[in-house]
Amino acid sequence: MARKAMLIDESKCTACRGCQVACKQWNELTGWEYSKTVNTGSYENPPNLTPQTWTRIRFNEYESRQGFRWLFLKEGCMHCGEAACVDVCPTKALKKQADGRVTVELDLCNGCGYCSQFCPFGIPRLDTAGGVIMSKGKTSKCTFCQDRTDNGLTPSCVKTCPAQALYWGDRGQMIAAGKKRVETLKTRGFSAANLYGEAAVGGLGRLYVLVEKPETYGLPADPQYPAMAMMWQNVVQPLGKIAIGGTVLGTFLAWLIIRRNIKMEEVE
Amino acid sequence: MTNTWMDLKNADVILIDGSNCAENHPASMTWINKAKDERGAKLIVVDPRFTRTASQADLYVAIRSGTDIPFFGGMIKYLIDNQLIHKEYVLHYTNAANVIDPGFKGPANLDGLFSGFVDDDGDGFGKYDQSTWKYQLDPQGNPVRDETLKHPQCVYQIMKRHYARYTLKTVSDITGCPQDKLEAVYKLYATTGARNKSGTILYAMGQTQHTVGSQNVRCMAMIQLLLGNVGMPGGGVNALRGESNVQGSTDQGILAHLVPGYMAIPRAGDHPTLAAYNEKETPKTSYWANKPKFFVSLLKAWWGDHATAENQFAYDYLPKVESPAKHYWMAMFQDMYAGKIQGLWAMGMNPAVSGPNSRLEREALKKLKWMVVQELFDTETCSFWRAPGVKPADIKTEVFILPAADAMEKEGSIVTSGRLLQWRSKVADPPGIALPDHQILNLIALKLKALYAAAPGPFADPIVHLNWDYGKELSVEKVAQELNGYATAVIKDPQGNILANKGDLFKTFAMLQADGSTACGCWIYGGYFAPADDGAGKIMPASKRRGQKDPGGLGMYPFWGFAWPANRRIIYNRASADPNGKPWSEDKKLIWWDDAQKKWTGYDVPDFVPTRAPSDPGGKDPFIMRVDGRGGLFSALNDGPLPEHYEPMETPVAKNPFSSRLHNPAIQVWKTDQGKSIGDNIGKTDKFPIVATTYRVCEHWQAGGMSRWLGWLTECHPQMFVEMSKELAAEKGIQNGDRVKVSSARGEITMAAVVTGRFKPFKMENKTIHQIGMPWHFGWGGLATGDVANDLTPHVGDANTTIPEYKAFLVDIKKA
Repeated sequence: MARKAMLIDESKCTACRGCQVACKQWNELTGWEYSKTVNTGSYENPPNLTPQTWTRIRFNEYESRQGFRWLFLKEGCMHCGEAACVDVCPTKALKKQADGRVTVELDLCNGCGYCSQFCPFGIPRLDTAGGVIMSKGKTSKCTFCQDRTDNGLTPSCVKTCPAQALYWGDRGQMIAAGKKRVETLKTRGFSAANLYGEAAVGGLGRLYVLVEKPETYGLPADPQYPAMAMMWQNVVQPLGKIAIGGTVLGTFLAWLIIRRNIKMEEVE
Repeated sequence: MTNTWMDLKNADVILIDGSNCAENHPASMTWINKAKDERGAKLIVVDPRFTRTASQADLYVAIRSGTDIPFFGGMIKYLIDNQLIHKEYVLHYTNAANVIDPGFKGPANLDGLFSGFVDDDGDGFGKYDQSTWKYQLDPQGNPVRDETLKHPQCVYQIMKRHYARYTLKTVSDITGCPQDKLEAVYKLYATTGARNKSGTILYAMGQTQHTVGSQNVRCMAMIQLLLGNVGMPGGGVNALRGESNVQGSTDQGILAHLVPGYMAIPRAGDHPTLAAYNEKETPKTSYWANKPKFFVSLLKAWWGDHATAENQFAYDYLPKVESPAKHYWMAMFQDMYAGKIQGLWAMGMNPAVSGPNSRLEREALKKLKWMVVQELFDTETCSFWRAPGVKPADIKTEVFILPAADAMEKEGSIVTSGRLLQWRSKVADPPGIALPDHQILNLIALKLKALYAAAPGPFADPIVHLNWDYGKELSVEKVAQELNGYATAVIKDPQGNILANKGDLFKTFAMLQADGSTACGCWIYGGYFAPADDGAGKIMPASKRRGQKDPGGLGMYPFWGFAWPANRRIIYNRASADPNGKPWSEDKKLIWWDDAQKKWTGYDVPDFVPTRAPSDPGGKDPFIMRVDGRGGLFSALNDGPLPEHYEPMETPVAKNPFSSRLHNPAIQVWKTDQGKSIGDNIGKTDKFPIVATTYRVCEHWQAGGMSRWLGWLTECHPQMFVEMSKELAAEKGIQNGDRVKVSSARGEITMAAVVTGRFKPFKMENKTIHQIGMPWHFGWGGLATGDVANDLTPHVGDANTTIPEYKAFLVDIKKA
């Protein structure tokens, strides 16, 4: 099956946030009642991804010799080709679909938080409602609207984008379209235009056309599959499964909770 | 819009001034991006603030709020000086060659005034006697024209002299826009004067909400005429309407001076009888010569069999106003404040937040005996009696709230900015006891009729005889049929052939008659609900069609919905062809004269007599709604026949560089309770040195009634804020995110500071002027809350429409 991808043309994005709201509508996520946002001097809100916000627009004012630019970035799960979150998930709640989508099966999620821990982009969020120990503790992130895309529809954000900055299709075609767009932008004076995500981390399922360097948008210039994830998957997890001795298990659980508490603080 | 949303894709240059369409009309970007992608079109954005629309611009320039006329006047001068106008178009299709009355004089000679100014009380504001603002006529009564364009009193020469004063330096000094940037815009936009190019201008309330708002729009029309862009694919003067169906409400005459279909509301002094109305309101030439047909058909629609030739088609049933100007928004609230109005019915309006000097308008609500609010949520208008600081016990107004359905909870047609009527189905039931607005009005109307029938007073006939037969539960389709127009009797042609049977729906307003044999609730909608082909053989009411055929590939989509008038997508499209009837270029080929068929044909419905050949009399005059068939470079409005710059009522500059008239002399000035804290106070730079403007954001809707109660939208923009430059923030010691107070001569409000590189100080002739901006969506109700921006804005408006000057006023700012 051909790998699917979303192409996000940030040169066309007007930050209307139709995508941010359409995502919430389709996936039945909560708005202000959950986030209780305030204006802290920016249009950017909510200030971070949350269990109830799977995609959002970052607003970035950028002044250079070429003049003033207001750069927008649609943030969300990258659906990496080599998805560390899938590799480290002990319960197989995170799955790599045949077409490359990284989906979540909530029933299986035990809330360990490793997916969030090992994500090179820091995307998945744990639901911390109810406190650390008693929380539902499920992970959450963009699934490319699995229920839509399973049925041949585009993700809801793509469907809603009035600027036609979002595209959904076979990854090869998205890459070709992205490259073509980059060339066009270069002829229009955007000398730094580039396509982000073609090869990184096994090739991203979320490709960006950018008019400035990735770092200007707050994207890592050279994202890597986390080395720890490899060890975790190949060494620690099999060990955990056979080590039923009390000491080993106890140490393991303590370590797990500490890791998770750290993660909670980050999220909060 | 003269053109359509889809047609934006045909433009070579898109000039956006006074609109922030990426935020307020996001769908526009679909077509703007198509123009950029497929034609390599360039986008120019002119705005005091770098907006989300500006983020997409090839060329962005900032001008100080309230200086659009200098900006455009400078462009007119540039086009004339450099001979960049579309000469053939200007000569044949505009009144450039028409010679004006020898008594006419302009602001260059009369220090900022046009001839005929009358100032009764010497306060500097008055009215114009327009008797010299007219064409010279030859003995046969035809306009005198000089096609060499050299006659000193011809429009072209008058215009040239008028704008000679708008030099790059003067325009730069007053707008705060550097000369090289001005020149870059002028140069790029001038490229659309070529035969094979077209440029579109998009505007919205950034142009209209000024004391010179109508003249701002005139500037754009003049530029489009000078460049030959009116009637062209990818051209036109395009007003992006502020509400999804505000075009529809305008068409329906929901304004103080109109009845449906853009006909004047009868006035007591001018129009005592139907004959007097027809005589005064009907020009002898132009398509408006048919007005009596439209007007009588309207009366027939409203009073049916009770409207007869004998009773002037029930003309006496229509209320007559003394002067429409006395009933516009601000005049109405002034009257309310003075205690002259007992009751108010607000349907989907939230004046407690949206009205200018809204503290005064909220005070006016307290003077009412009763108020009905038809709304989705408990808006600030519903609950003005328990606003912060108000004691409910002090309020005597009795308030009724009628819960209303949302747009998705009812069926019917809506009209887009592009005049496109699209029928929509209902997709959900309204919650609880909420009802669609039309059902509420139906219940009220039926009850009123019953009450008047049971106990008729002295003048009950207009209500008892009202033709209101839409059913106990109103049938929206029946209303649509009435708006479409139908025969009230058998209609035959002169040979006796039957053209329509009684009750037949008309396919066109050309069927309407002035003898009572036709009824039509809105003549321009003629045909919108008549059976029509969807391009694939299915027959249905025209506005329900969703056919996607696009002959010519210009995005006309003639089988999708119905565009008034006559399903015409681009109005004045005769001008897309040259005087001989050939398209100006193959690329922009829209309609043309077919010599073999002896008729106009093409991809759009011709806006012309279909069989009038270019060689026929009038065959080269494309503007059929104008008396002389020509576009008006010179055209009378209340405040002059040519746009002249005047500063906003509250201005940071002491002197107008073009004359000693600082403000528009033809505006109405209210002086209610001046000196009191909520009075009509006008601020000066000593206390209020900063220019302010108001606007909307993508995530909220108007006065917030549809968005501030929704969590998804609220979390994006949860609170009231003010945007300012880093330079101003540094001067005032304000950090990003601080709470700040903004004050004007009318009030003081508190909000969050957004310190941004998107506002820059304006370098004026000899000083720096700061500008700030605030959204006007917020109020104390709902989830997204904040102070009301309009507590700061003045009760002053345009000389023609009285639209308030929300876009330029003076404030000060400090840390809270």
